[in-house]
Amino acid sequence: MQDRIDVHPTHTLAGFQLRVGKAFPFGATTVPGGVNFSVFSRFATSCTLVLFEKGEPEPFGEIPFPDEFRIGNVYTMVVFGLNIEQLEYGYRMDGPFDPAHGQRFDTAKILLDPYARVIGGRDTWGVQPDWSDAYHHRGRLAFDDFDWEHDRPLELPIQDLVIYEAHVRSLTAHPSAGVRHPGTFAAIRDKIPYLQELGVNCLELMPIYEFDEWENSRISPVTGKTLYNYWGYSTVGFFAPKAGYAASGRHGMQVDELKTLVKELHAHGIEIMLDVVFNHTAEGNERGPTISFRGLDNQTYYMLTPEGYYYNFSGTGNTLNCNNPIVRNMVIDCLRYWASEYHIDGFRFDLAAILGRDTDGTPLANPPLLESLAYDPILAKCKLIAEAWDAGGLYQVGSFPAYGRWAEWNGKYRDTVRGWIKGDAGLVGDIATRIAGSPDLYPTRGPMASINFITAHDGFTLRDLVSYNEKHNEANGEDNNDGANDNFSWNSGVEGETDDPAINALRRRQMKNALVVLLVSQGVPMILMGDEVARTQYGNNNTYCHDDELNWFDWAQIEHEAELLRFTRHCIAFRQAHPALRRDRHFTGQDEVGSGYPDIGWHGTEIGQPDWSAESLEIAFMLCGKHVPRGGSHDNYLYIALNTGTDTRTFALPALPDGLKWHVAINTGAPAPEDSWEIGQEPVLSDQGSFLVGGRSVAALVGR
Amino acid sequence: MTVTMATNGAVTVASLTGEIDASTAPAIQQQLNPLVMPGAKVVLDLADVPYMSSAGLRLLLSIYRQIAGAGGKIALAAVVEDIRDTMSVTGFLKFFVVFDTVAEAVASLAA
Repeated sequence: MQDRIDVHPTHTLAGFQLRVGKAFPFGATTVPGGVNFSVFSRFATSCTLVLFEKGEPEPFGEIPFPDEFRIGNVYTMVVFGLNIEQLEYGYRMDGPFDPAHGQRFDTAKILLDPYARVIGGRDTWGVQPDWSDAYHHRGRLAFDDFDWEHDRPLELPIQDLVIYEAHVRSLTAHPSAGVRHPGTFAAIRDKIPYLQELGVNCLELMPIYEFDEWENSRISPVTGKTLYNYWGYSTVGFFAPKAGYAASGRHGMQVDELKTLVKELHAHGIEIMLDVVFNHTAEGNERGPTISFRGLDNQTYYMLTPEGYYYNFSGTGNTLNCNNPIVRNMVIDCLRYWASEYHIDGFRFDLAAILGRDTDGTPLANPPLLESLAYDPILAKCKLIAEAWDAGGLYQVGSFPAYGRWAEWNGKYRDTVRGWIKGDAGLVGDIATRIAGSPDLYPTRGPMASINFITAHDGFTLRDLVSYNEKHNEANGEDNNDGANDNFSWNSGVEGETDDPAINALRRRQMKNALVVLLVSQGVPMILMGDEVARTQYGNNNTYCHDDELNWFDWAQIEHEAELLRFTRHCIAFRQAHPALRRDRHFTGQDEVGSGYPDIGWHGTEIGQPDWSAESLEIAFMLCGKHVPRGGSHDNYLYIALNTGTDTRTFALPALPDGLKWHVAINTGAPAPEDSWEIGQEPVLSDQGSFLVGGRSVAALVGR
Repeated sequence: MTVTMATNGAVTVASLTGEIDASTAPAIQQQLNPLVMPGAKVVLDLADVPYMSSAGLRLLLSIYRQIAGAGGKIALAAVVEDIRDTMSVTGFLKFFVVFDTVAEAVASLAA
């Protein structure tokens, strides 16, 4: 093939051979013979490209962009003859320093490219950086020629997902994980068999975009340990995977390592979802570091008060200006990149209500960013999940601008189920609504809009939910003032760890109750990493800063808590075996298929007589499997009874069609191993007319 | 960086010496290109390669694709532990059959 004519330099400057670049794509891209650089700034007066040998303190070259290379507000340039594996690059932007008017240009700062696909500087987790370095987070080039073979996103129907929320380090950092590279993407591959056996089919990773674990790091006055920005909800660069999460980060190969993880997960039928944080950046407020956006174009990238200070709807110092058209395009470019280049199956948007705010913070009725994402051609099959609130008081659960596409973390589900499990009165109607897929919140979107969860990284683990009344966050070094105060938790009789066998038995049963309710609810269940083995954070409900056992999955627990693990597996299998639990539309309460039963029928201890009174602590329902609206084979009949009172109750069982019998699949009131059964092994009930449900217990029967 | 070729029956053994990175990969690629022939059987002896960068691993995979595409077979021999580990975590390893010694690799391809 003939050479392209643009492989030839046209300019020489500062000892480098150059040519005018291309504005698209933004970022640094390899082109024949060189590298194309393209960076935006609206208010800068000039821009200089700064080039480093990997890891060197001083640059080996600085090349001012010739003004003739600028197109609109985009500086472009091709530089020839660079060693793309050894190159680190940044920019200096000149322009006014006038904070009152939102301008913070400073040529002394070397700035990270917002579109950098690889970021060096924190290559190995927890290695103390050289604080004297003038350029900490360094843009690098990425190879984009990964060999995916036949892989592509799985496109599982969202209602079929069982999401498992995990943190890359937490999953395998504990010595008990028995992996070669603890706390890395590679190590997660070693745990795929565990995830498969558990039965989850979507791994949701807490933030994996490059962040700085050293941001606001400090020594805990309580424990003397280093406290990190461990969770990583503070993005340095939106296009780069966290190098310190890759065993190969020291070789700059985190892109390949993460892609290999995605490919392996897909090969085992597991989707991967990313928790993405577009509401703010790691630059903090006016006292924070200048890493990238602040120095490139402060006024464009951040929401600023009329006085030039940072709006703080995120609770972390600044707010990304997501509905500015420039920033909006960057977010779309970013998600398209992760969906197409990394085969990511879905995204969970942290504090997503912020993405619906105007550039001055006002909530928008029709936010262009959310609309664009909903209709984007590349993201068309990606799951989009909103954490539909923000730290500025905007709470949009049920009202998030969804365009028929967005699902939501259902905070009302969490709070209702927590209250019900601990035995609060006045919730029977609410728990029925949550189990039915929250039709009150999502009347048109259907149950798939509801991401159901009882626990998540924010807040208590499941074990702590049944072991603590109050948060115990002293180890965070903030005098227990951080973290949520409304936990809807109950310690089951005594605060914290105990040797009392009766209390421990109750706690185990309460955990089982929560898990079975989660897994028989319409909507999409999400399980927090480790809840299946009773992981504890010792009452800490905000462990964002701990790189230790407070967060790590202790793999010895799969032996110690084998009973709960087995129970969880059975509950997940029960859900996956019964499409009636995974509907794509709300119940009607009618018999629309002529089966003789409505799609859902509500019952109390007497058939057809649910007790909806404020004092009621029991409810039961029957699902008719002939109503499953998604084609395919019909499901069995299911009957589920919840008794959150302290006394055993006798539930009369609805009659089944001739020839069918009720079998017990799950009964948290029975001691293991009779608390749950393998699919197909469920024992038939000798009494087909009624079933005893113990105090604080849940039972699930299958009629076949 | 050098490449030494030897023929062992129907199998060609290419012994590489030195580090393989973006600066050396193009020259190695050129030297290995003649091996890409229909039905070729190639052993890459990596005993004296102490380091391979991302570009080096890409070179390996590119050669694999070319030889496999031509209906040939390729095996790696004597990969140092650190490179093997990097290949494992980054997914490159699973494309290859890897042997501890050149002799085992030759025997396997000759069979």
